[in-house]
Amino acid sequence: MIDIKNLTVQKAHEALTKGEYTAVALAEAYLAEIKKTDTKLHAYLEVYSDVIEQAKVADAKIKSGKIELLTGIPIAVKDNILIKGRIASSASKILEHYTAIYDATVIEKLKKDGVVFIGRTNMDEFAMGGSTENSAYGVTKNPIDANRVSGGSSGGSAAAVAADLALIALGSDTGGSIRQPASFCGIVGLKPTYGAVSRYGVMAMGSSLDQIGPFGKTVADAEILFNAIKGEDKMDSTTLSDKKSEKISADKKFKIGVPRDFLNMGGIDASIIKNFEESLLKLKKLGHTIVDIALPNLKYSLAVYYIIVPAEVSSNMARFDGVRYGTRVSGNNGIDDYFKSRQAGLGAEVKRRIILGTYVLSSGYYDAYYNKANIVRELITADYKKAFRDVDVIITPTTPDIAFKIGEKVNDPLKMYLEDIFTVPINLAGIPAISVPSGFKDVEGKQLPMGIQFIANHECENTLFAVSKNFLGEK
Amino acid sequence: MLEIKDIDKLAKLARIELTEEEKEKLLKDIGPILGYVAQINEVAANMNTEKKAPEHRNITRADDHATESGTNTEAFVTNMPESERNYLKVKKIL
Repeated sequence: MIDIKNLTVQKAHEALTKGEYTAVALAEAYLAEIKKTDTKLHAYLEVYSDVIEQAKVADAKIKSGKIELLTGIPIAVKDNILIKGRIASSASKILEHYTAIYDATVIEKLKKDGVVFIGRTNMDEFAMGGSTENSAYGVTKNPIDANRVSGGSSGGSAAAVAADLALIALGSDTGGSIRQPASFCGIVGLKPTYGAVSRYGVMAMGSSLDQIGPFGKTVADAEILFNAIKGEDKMDSTTLSDKKSEKISADKKFKIGVPRDFLNMGGIDASIIKNFEESLLKLKKLGHTIVDIALPNLKYSLAVYYIIVPAEVSSNMARFDGVRYGTRVSGNNGIDDYFKSRQAGLGAEVKRRIILGTYVLSSGYYDAYYNKANIVRELITADYKKAFRDVDVIITPTTPDIAFKIGEKVNDPLKMYLEDIFTVPINLAGIPAISVPSGFKDVEGKQLPMGIQFIANHECENTLFAVSKNFLGEK
Repeated sequence: MLEIKDIDKLAKLARIELTEEEKEKLLKDIGPILGYVAQINEVAANMNTEKKAPEHRNITRADDHATESGTNTEAFVTNMPESERNYLKVKKIL
């Protein structure tokens, strides 16, 4: 029996290299776990039928001595990332039968490494939401408490890793969609610098904010996956040019800034504040310097975000019209086909954002909303820029509360949006942030995870890995 | 304040058919969201909003990735809702 509960990429890699077990045996262990628990959790929308064949290919690669760090490693992929020849639905009805005709750049890279794709994971439709309740195919339950959400939008990927249904997973993060579910499920999730990872082949939601990123049970696993997928790509003009980045020792002491004003706004659960203060104390004991900093414009982040995102959504979603691919519902004429197909194929949150975006971009309101939002976005970015002149890392909780109950916020979109308060500003500024487990809240005998978020300056992911490993005691 | 007729107009612009129930729900949801996002006016009200193209630059590349005609045809056609002899089928326009 392979102990998948305590497995890391490094451990699996060593075992595969030494021949302690095969990639097939490793894949079988995960498939067995999926069979046992995923009917209840619903992390996967589809478990691929050729997992064992993929693992056999990996075994052949290992036998021929060409093993890479990720060869034979079982990975789950969010349903908005394209794998050639496989369905990619973004958990939407409109793409229910859509088959990808090319590989996303991140997939191409992982295929070269010889990973084993286990399946595609559940998510909020087109990544719009924070709980996977907006999936057209049902919610993903939290592995720790089945009455609660796994978070979102990449809830399926987070639940898959937390419940040992894959060793690592890919997600996408537009306003917290990797970090928030990582926090809710008690694992590690990284939102890389805007432009660090190519988005060629991921379905666009908010194009000025979207990034693909990794989930892992450890910081090292997330780091390995990030290093495997990052890099400049001529197919995504927003990618940054490759730079040599130095690995930073996990013993390095950092100056860590705490945005006190932003944390005192209210609306944060007492257990989260307590855990956060304990985390600060722990960091201090580890030798880091903790200072208070001011990020005065951060309080406008959510307002800015919920103007910019619907605006970008309303244009990105225009392509889903039932003409060239996807669900088509026949109307009285060609134009009517659009109306009927979009009515039938898109869910409530997607429609809400399209209508909202159409409004904020419409003539007469463009200046009042979209233009002003872009100006305030620059103020927020400038706040961080100024802060990073003085500190190496900024720290906040990842979420204002633990995973909420299924159905609790689904009928109040504004309440759901407020969940993103700590994660959204990072995407607006394009900087990287990582969520790591920081403790538990005991609720009715269940240990519900909490997370803290480390934030660093552009392209300083290595700083995040170092401080996170130090915090978690990882070597 | 938004009214149902505004939702109608936006839905028409966005090419989405909405049921009466959906329109009522949208009206109810969008009001508070617009109320919330209006707080950006606290900072942005007195700022110059004129120029503001964000600091982005266009990156172009030569169109040298052309694939040979027919390479992906089958994959494209398989995804089409309706097709005939490798053509996408749509309703008559005129």
